[in-house]
Amino acid sequence: MNAHDEDRIKQLLKGAMPPISNAEPPCDLWPAMLRRLDAGPAAPPWFDWALAGGLVVFALALPASIPVFLYYL
Amino acid sequence: MQDEARGVLEDFRNGHPETFNNAFEALFRMYQRTVYGWLLRIVRNPAAAEELTVEAFWRIYRAHARFDPSRGFEAWARTIATHAAIDWLRTQKAEIELLADVPAAPTGDPAISAEIRRKTAAAFSRLPPKLRVAAVLAVVEELPHKEIAAALGISVTAVKVRVFRALRLLRTDLQQQGVTP
Repeated sequence: MNAHDEDRIKQLLKGAMPPISNAEPPCDLWPAMLRRLDAGPAAPPWFDWALAGGLVVFALALPASIPVFLYYL
Repeated sequence: MQDEARGVLEDFRNGHPETFNNAFEALFRMYQRTVYGWLLRIVRNPAAAEELTVEAFWRIYRAHARFDPSRGFEAWARTIATHAAIDWLRTQKAEIELLADVPAAPTGDPAISAEIRRKTAAAFSRLPPKLRVAAVLAVVEELPHKEIAAALGISVTAVKVRVFRALRLLRTDLQQQGVTP
């Protein structure tokens, strides 16, 4: 990509998404923060547990895959 | 005043039950605007920026023991907020409407048609989140690479590489949509 292309893409990007100035939250977010603190940590979704379980089963069935898996972590 | 701020940071870092909650509230009230503004620049969606501000402070609340007062609270909060934003972008479908209700400066370039703007925004929304964040902060918001690198926890060179890769992918995507740079 040459400098002309790069400048043109930058120009298009700025045209599509102008910079944001003076961004202020529309209200005080502290009440929302208190609600979040009261709710506590979110539990991991079921598919995270399913994925972890699947990986354990896969590793037990094919122990040779463990180094390969660790390499890609 | 400076001593007071230092005291708040110490109370936050130490996490003693009798002072921690007050310190956290003081920091939240001091920095919610900064964190919200930073997140809005990245996600460009006011409702998501509000939600992510709370999520970022929730992560800050839980990670208080890892806070290094010598680095400063704002820089640390930005790093955590940036990662929260990247996680959020990963969950979003491409081609969502960017800029919906965002107060923005006028672009002032009548040569770029609405159709090209739409295609560019759509192509941008298809970029990998890490590249999007680097590109929007460097190209659109024109922030210094050093500041972006600190927020992403990577080197300045890595920021430049991400921006370059983002622009190259954008060019390819736009060419496929029939827009020649």
